[in-house]
This record gives sequence, structure tokens and C-alpha cells, in this order.
Amino acid sequence: MNAHPGNDLIVAPDDDGIAKGALLMDVKNVSLAFGGVKAITDISFDVRKGEIRAIIGPNGAGKTSMLNVINGFYTPQTGTITFRGHARRAMKPHHAVRQGIARTFQNVALFKGMSTLDNIMAGRSVLMKRNIVWQMLWHGPALAEEIEHREKVEEIIDFLEIEHIRHTPVGKLPYGLQKRVELGRALAMEPSLLLLDEPMAGMNLEEKEDMSRFILDVNQQRGTTIALIEHDMGVVMDLSDRVVVLDYGKKIADGPPDQVKADQAVIDAYLGVSH
Amino acid sequence: MFYRIAGQYKTSYKADYALFPVRQDAILLAIILLVAFVVFPLTASDFTFRALLIPVLIYALAALGLNILTGYAGQLSLGTGAFMGVGAYACYKLVTIFPEMNVLVAIALSGFFSAMVGVAFGLPSLRIKGFYLAIATLAAQFFLVWLFQKWAWLYNYNASGAIQVPNTQMFGVTVTGARASALSQYFVVLSIVCVVTFFAINITRGRIGRTWKAVRDMDIAAELVGINLMKAKLSAFFVSSYIVGIAGAMFVFLWRGAAEADLFDIQLSFRVLFIAIIGGLGSILGNYLGALLIVALPVIIGTVPAMFGLPISSAMVEHLNTMIIGALIIGFLIVEPHGLARFWAMIREKLIIWPFPH
Repeated sequence: MNAHPGNDLIVAPDDDGIAKGALLMDVKNVSLAFGGVKAITDISFDVRKGEIRAIIGPNGAGKTSMLNVINGFYTPQTGTITFRGHARRAMKPHHAVRQGIARTFQNVALFKGMSTLDNIMAGRSVLMKRNIVWQMLWHGPALAEEIEHREKVEEIIDFLEIEHIRHTPVGKLPYGLQKRVELGRALAMEPSLLLLDEPMAGMNLEEKEDMSRFILDVNQQRGTTIALIEHDMGVVMDLSDRVVVLDYGKKIADGPPDQVKADQAVIDAYLGVSH
Repeated sequence: MFYRIAGQYKTSYKADYALFPVRQDAILLAIILLVAFVVFPLTASDFTFRALLIPVLIYALAALGLNILTGYAGQLSLGTGAFMGVGAYACYKLVTIFPEMNVLVAIALSGFFSAMVGVAFGLPSLRIKGFYLAIATLAAQFFLVWLFQKWAWLYNYNASGAIQVPNTQMFGVTVTGARASALSQYFVVLSIVCVVTFFAINITRGRIGRTWKAVRDMDIAAELVGINLMKAKLSAFFVSSYIVGIAGAMFVFLWRGAAEADLFDIQLSFRVLFIAIIGGLGSILGNYLGALLIVALPVIIGTVPAMFGLPISSAMVEHLNTMIIGALIIGFLIVEPHGLARFWAMIREKLIIWPFPH
């Protein structure tokens, strides 16, 4: 199901040597508490290379906290995360990016004063190397590097169909486009694992369809593994290969969409039974 | 009429990254440079150089330094005056310890001293933001001025406590000290300012500039796209303080000729901050427009009424100046927070589509 046949030019960015379907990230016994509030309790799950993994659950279930742990924003009290064979507990977010984890946010977190192009280029900051002396001179290596990365960014701009807003400051864009630009910025990092925190929150049906198409295209054409949080169950069940369900910081179900849908604990969590 | 972008096609990314993607901008700059390098030297008087052109350029450079920190990287600083002082005192020590050193080299090196001091006082920025950081830089302002007064080694134990710029020569021409001509000083200032501006434009439009702007717009998101906040903030403090430092060295060596510690007090910091705000935060051009306004205003108030035979006392000039600048700052913050540079950008856009409004 190639929804977008024109974009076959885009090559899969991550050549991390992990075969499709093999273990990419393993989360083991992670617990996170803020003082007395337990956000996550002893959660384990894995993400396999090339899949779309959904994390769902009612409000306050600990989904966003889980993403924040994965990309190093929070340090869990116990447990380990093994990503591409490296185990770790505490790390800085910019180290997570270097390891190949990119993410988008529930509330759009773009650089409002900068253009679409600059926002996506900022996503490639990590990949650019020329130091301040070359930057000062501009002509020569710094310009060559800038152009090299610009070409990659233009591929992403093409892919997300946002050519017309290339030079518009993102603060002026409508919400749906901002979400798309944010996805572009995450893609620009060439991640092995892309974390999407409610990519379709607040969108209308048409925008949701567009976004679903982009997520599938990213997954299929670029081979990027995706972990996403989403509340629209129709979207989740259609898009994802496997679903993990959280409730009150605990894992209550894990498996393919059909199995999860039929799970009594999940039904209870969503419909609400007294605990 | 003047601006037409029709017919100027860009067929490569390189062309898109040209310094002036619109040809008319390049022509305009060429005219300005021609006036600055040729017309002024041929026509302007010593008074014009000393009261207007040299201070405008030096203040613009200091504001450019501050703008990199505040306008691009979003870190508010009230210590600009003191950092200028560090540059000035460092340059003075370099020139008196190594009398053979070319004054240009001394000015360039003195920037590194203020850059170091700037980074040291920028360390709190890793923990605190906004007004709280401004207070931390305010501490730098008072501490450094105190140091300039108390550390006699800095002013070579002069009885007066002031630094006196020695006469130095470059290619046989005296450029600093009492015997230097205004014209030669003007050329040195203009050349340094042009070179530094060119570098500043390049830094701010490349990777490092994007990093700074990302930190300014949303530091958490910047960290999560892989930007090292510590590196970004401290590099902004370094570059900013470097430029401010050489502006300070030029302030004393190529304009004032002598300086006491009080010259670098908080008044100077505010003056540079006003230039940056009125000119436009986050813009390079704005610093020049702001400096032109702030420096030229008292000169105009002092000379224009006299031309029409109106008697105006110097106290009156002072009061008028304070009132007008105060009103302008309030006005700008309300009407156009992006300053004079945004005004120019709007005029330019209008000119490009003129005479059709859409």
C-alpha cells in the first residue's frame, strides 16, 4: 500500500544494521515517580525495527511520561532502556537525538520566530559539523554543507507537501500545517525511532487523513520505526502493527490491534470500572 | 519602482543563499558603502566625524554584539557597558605592555578578554532565564566597574585613575592618540565595522545562528532536536562579548582618547540596549538604524535650532534628548516591537509590489 508512489526517490535514512523485525528498543521494568505520584510503574515493552507501535491509554495513564523517559527528558528511578544494543537509564535529550531518537510534541513545539525552512534545518543541527570559523567566512565549506543539508530538507518539504510555506514564519501557520512542519523537523534528524505524541490531536477528518498518510509513508518508504501516542482509536487500530495499553501508569495489555481491542482489561479501562 | 524581483530567477540553492537574493539590495548597499568610503571622507568635517560618524559606527557595533546575545539567542544582558570596559582596558594593557603591537591586532585580541569575561558571567544563563539573568549580568556590570576603579594595575597606576591612549601608528599614519586625525580614525573604525558585520551576518544565517534562534524561541524544543543548550548559550555569550569588547576598545582608542571607569557604567549599558531595541532585536541592520537615531538625535537638536537662529542651551538639548528618546522607546515597544529594521522591511516589501498593492 504505497500511498504516495511519486516519492520513491527518498532513500531509507537509517542504516543501523538492524534487520526489519528485529529488536530496536527494549524497555525493561521502568518506573518513574514524581515525589509520591507514581507516573509509571514497572512497565516493560519492546519496539521492533520497522513497525508502527502505538501507546494508548486514558488521560493520565503515563503515555507522555513514557515518551519523555525514552528520549531522555525524564530519568526513571528504576529500569533500563536498551536502544540499538546500548542499555542506559539516565541521559540528556540531545544524546538521545544523537542515538537516533526524534520526537514531536502534543502541543506544537516549533521555533515560532523562524521560517518553515529554518525550523526543519534546525532539526539537522546535530548532523552539521562546520565550526564557527567556517561559518564566519560562509563561502566555501560552510556554504557547501548548508547546500548539502538544504537538499535533504527540500526532499522532506516535498514529501510533506509544504513547498508553499517554505519561507513563512511558522507562528503564522494554521495548526494543521504546524503539526506537519513539526513532523518535518523530526524527520530531518534522520531518526531510527520516531516518537509522535498525539500527531492528530485537534485535527479535522481531512487533516487526520493527510497525517495518517504521511505517517504510513514515512514508515514504509523511509523505513523509520514509529512509536506514537494517539487518542483516535480508529486511527490507532488502522495504523499500528502492535499496541501497548497503559492505565494508571501500569501496562494492562500489549499486542496486535485486534487482540487489544477484545481485551477485557482495556475495555474496562476505557469504559471505566471502579478500581 | 526601485525594487523589482520579477525576472530574477534562482536556479540553484547557492543562488538562493546569496547575500543579496534581490539585486537592488546589492546596489543599495554599494551606494551606501560608496558614500561611507568615498563621499564622506571627501566632504565631511572633523566635527561630523567626531560627533556623528565615528560614534554611530562604534555604538552600532556594540549594539550588534548585544543583539547577538539578546536578539538572536534570547539572553537578556545589562552588562554591555562593563564588557566594553573589559575590551578597552585589555586593549590599553596590550598596547602599553607591547608597544610594537599593531593597534588593530591589539583591538582584535582585546575582544578575547571580554569574551572570556562574558562567558564567565554567562554561566548563570544555564540555570536562570529572563529578568533573573538580567540581574546576574547587572552584577557583572557593577563588579567590573568597581574592578576598573580599584585595580590600579589596569590603568598603570596613573594618578588620575584614567587610561590615556598612547599615539600609535599604522603604515606611517597616526591612528590613535591626541595626534591622530579624525579621517584616519574614521577609516579604521569603518573598516573594522564592515568586516565584523560581514562575519556577524554569516554566523547568524548559518547553523550557529539557527541554533541561537531555536534556543531563543523554545529552549526545551531546541534541546529535544539535539541542540546542546550549554554550548549554544555560552557560544552566544562568547561571540556577543567579543564584538562588544572590540567595540569598547574602539570606543576609547579611536574615539574618546581617554577613559575613566565611570564611562562604562550602567548608563552605557542602557544606551546600547536602547539602540538594539529601537533598531530591532534579532536584526543586523537595526543596530545601524538605532545607533543613527540615538547618536544623531542630540547632534540634530543641538545644531538645527542654532542654524535657524534659535538660541538653545545645552541643558535644554539634554532635556529634549532624554524626553524624545524616552518617548521613542515606549512608542516602539507598543507599536513595533521589532523596531526600525521591521519598518524598513515593510517599506521594502511595499516597494517590491508597488504600484500594485497585492
